[in-house]
Amino acid sequence: MSAVLETNALVKKFGGITATNAVTFALEKGARHALIGPNGAGKTTFINLLTGVLEPTSGRISLDGKDITNVKPEARVKMGLVRTFQINQLFAGMTPLQALGVAVSERQGRGSDWRRVVGTKATVTDEIVEVAERFRLIDVLEERTGNLAYGKQRLLEIALAFACKPRVLLLDEPAAGVPEAERAELLETIARLPDDVSILLIEHDMDLVFSFAKKITVLVDGTLFADGTVAEISNDPRVRAVYLGEGEHG
Amino acid sequence: MPSKAAVSRLSTLGRWRLAEILFWLAAAASVPLLTEHHLVLTEIAIIALFAVSLDLILGYAGIASLGHTAFFGAGAYAAGLFAIHVTNDPLLGLVAGAAAAAVLGFATSFLVLRGADLTRLMVTLGVALVLGEIANKAGKITGGADGLQGVFMAPILGRFEFDLFGHVGYVYSLVVFFVLFVVARRIVVSPFGLSLLAIRDNPLRARAIGIPVNTRLTAIYTISAAIAGVAGALLAQTAQFVSIDVLAFHRSADALLMLVIGGTGYLYGGIVGAVAFKVLQEILSVWTPQYWTFWIGAILVAIVLIGRQRIGNGVMGIWARLLGKGGAA
Repeated sequence: MSAVLETNALVKKFGGITATNAVTFALEKGARHALIGPNGAGKTTFINLLTGVLEPTSGRISLDGKDITNVKPEARVKMGLVRTFQINQLFAGMTPLQALGVAVSERQGRGSDWRRVVGTKATVTDEIVEVAERFRLIDVLEERTGNLAYGKQRLLEIALAFACKPRVLLLDEPAAGVPEAERAELLETIARLPDDVSILLIEHDMDLVFSFAKKITVLVDGTLFADGTVAEISNDPRVRAVYLGEGEHG
Repeated sequence: MPSKAAVSRLSTLGRWRLAEILFWLAAAASVPLLTEHHLVLTEIAIIALFAVSLDLILGYAGIASLGHTAFFGAGAYAAGLFAIHVTNDPLLGLVAGAAAAAVLGFATSFLVLRGADLTRLMVTLGVALVLGEIANKAGKITGGADGLQGVFMAPILGRFEFDLFGHVGYVYSLVVFFVLFVVARRIVVSPFGLSLLAIRDNPLRARAIGIPVNTRLTAIYTISAAIAGVAGALLAQTAQFVSIDVLAFHRSADALLMLVIGGTGYLYGGIVGAVAFKVLQEILSVWTPQYWTFWIGAILVAIVLIGRQRIGNGVMGIWARLLGKGGAA
């Protein structure tokens, strides 16, 4: 299987601290891949390097074989590398409908169009309907984003990324903080994401990791500690020692 | 399909509401009905346009500016100098004012976008102060502290001559204001305008859904500067004079004040604020010529502390009670 997203000896240093240490990693096409690691393992730094928010000290990142190490974050999004956030990053002053309208318009390259009223093109509205239905947001499209139930906000968080038509989707703790009652809907939606979207899941919740992922990468102290199938990782005594044993409560 | 219906309501953002239509009809009615007040109404139209231009960056893109009058002044001087040295056709003069302000806006946008709010306040303030001093020192070109004299405008479209009572000037200002308002209104409900709201609400996420944040901010800053420049040009043309006051700090502050009074992020706030500001100024300066700024200040503090929403609710509450009593009686 060919890799869609790859890093090659990726290093990020903050002063004397090495947050990402020579990580060589590959995400395969259509992957359901989890990235785990104890707190402070450098997962967030790694994501920020992938999305271009941080510049690596050395090493390379490629998407579909193209070097994107020096590509701007927003351009990476347009190339199909999109992330969600652990803490909701929504547009508080807009309705979900408007937010999806922005995302879809932008994705279709209409973002700088100032002459047309938003949502007058059927290609835009059709795509909004599709995303809103997939993420079960149809009934709350015109509510204030801040008034949505937390589970719905979480769905919107992922829907906004999905509206960018990602080829690679980085899900950062998608279920974090979602109350039990709303959890099933969220997990079901995540499980039903299309197969052609390659997904990297950054997660603490081992139940979710084991139910969702086919492959797992473990990051410890910025270094790629272990990499393998779910079975391999869960039986790896070293991983159990550094992570799984202490991670069970988190 | 119900979901389609819900989504199709997105484009109703662009629809003109009844209150808006009534407002503009009332504005049009002021031409025949308030002929004695055309001079002050011209002033209101101009500062309202200026406040609307500030709302585009403050209310929609979240850029706070203490120096927006840099563009107002640039437009005024450009239009004045253009009339003296090139041609005194008013419409071409507006284009000159807009172009000068747009160039200045584009150039300074890169300074403004560097920092966060406080940096932006200081940079915008600084740019306006520098321009003010340049206008003061370059007396040979700008007339310095005496102002730019000798601006004589040709009739608009070769037909409508500016008159002493400001009738033509008012109609001219109102029409230009309306046209630019319609443009601004379209901008804010377009995909471009909505992307600005996204940037204002959450620049981090805006970037993460592929919005080129800095490009968009530069664009709206330039557009806003151009509109402010037209407002300045209108003042130069209708007054047939450019005072160095067009670059004074109080103009930037007044525009912010109008937005505080009227509210940001819906375009009409600038107009409501401009009308309220000017009317208050007229009333208070007649009532207490020396202390009117004191009362403006006091009202401003009250608005900020109590909150526009609550004042609005209070007024509506009193209104409802009056109506209720009327109904009971």
